[in-house]
Amino acid sequence: MRALLLALLLLGLTGAAALAVEPGERLADPALEARARALSSGFRCLVCQNQSIDDSNADLAHDLRVLIRQRIAAGDSDEQVRQFLVSRYGDFILLEPPVKPATYVLWAAPFAVLLLGAGAATIYFRRRRGALPEQAAPLSPDEQRRLKQLLAEGGEG
Amino acid sequence: MRRLLYLLPVLAFTGLIAYFLLALQRDPSVLPSAMIDKPAPEFSLAGLGGAPGLARADAAGQVVLVNFFASWCVPCRVEHPLLMRLSHDLKVPLYGIDYKDKPEDAKRFLDELGDPYKRIGADSDGRVGIDFGVYGVPETYVIDKAGQIRLRHVGPLTPEAIRDELIPLLRTLQTS
Repeated sequence: MRALLLALLLLGLTGAAALAVEPGERLADPALEARARALSSGFRCLVCQNQSIDDSNADLAHDLRVLIRQRIAAGDSDEQVRQFLVSRYGDFILLEPPVKPATYVLWAAPFAVLLLGAGAATIYFRRRRGALPEQAAPLSPDEQRRLKQLLAEGGEG
Repeated sequence: MRRLLYLLPVLAFTGLIAYFLLALQRDPSVLPSAMIDKPAPEFSLAGLGGAPGLARADAAGQVVLVNFFASWCVPCRVEHPLLMRLSHDLKVPLYGIDYKDKPEDAKRFLDELGDPYKRIGADSDGRVGIDFGVYGVPETYVIDKAGQIRLRHVGPLTPEAIRDELIPLLRTLQTS
């Protein structure tokens, strides 16, 4: 019984998630609809904040999906639609932050950290190589004599 | 000197923690507005059940308060007594925009609690809300004499917000 309830609940959840874009919202032209879906998956739903407009069931997300499709059907380019929403809701509506002076640090940080790490690793390995014992000291005259002796014996044997 | 170098990561970590603590203080549901110091959007809305509506032109040349509300919105009920007092105390007109609501529901809401608004526009499909950048009700805007949005308050007004933000701003806007 409990398993059945759980199954029903899970079914209900998946159904709700899959139906975020309602059939009535879709554009007749599949190419335009594909553009609308691609665009709206890049906009943040301002009510749920960690979902895109494309995924969200919020009322506002529905309104914005419809609005995006209206603008696309009216001949707006992707960039114009983006501008339209950003001018009203700010950069926060973009799930991918734009590259501009205020976000340079954000975009550069991973590469800076990578460079720092590479630098640190290089220094570490250089030092370690430096710390290895120097090449063995050259043989003393005594040792050389003995070595020659040994080699000479080997040659005879 | 070398010791100090070893302390560096500790210092950096402490700084990071301090920054996180500071960032946690701010309410993540309050978003920065893109509309501050920009002209208020053009709109023209019908009124509730035959009453005069509300258009951008009604705000021309004067400082006005615009409050987005809805009968289905619980925080609007919390905010409502403050709006009643504001409409009584303030000299600037308080306009209401009824966001995604049925006119008859809104009328019942106002009959029950009182009507603080000088004029009301019915934004039944929420398009004017989108033009203002509204993402939830209530929201309150101050529009100056030049038609620019000068303040946006997300969520219900509080006595503190009225005392510390709204009243001082209205005072400077009216004298300028």
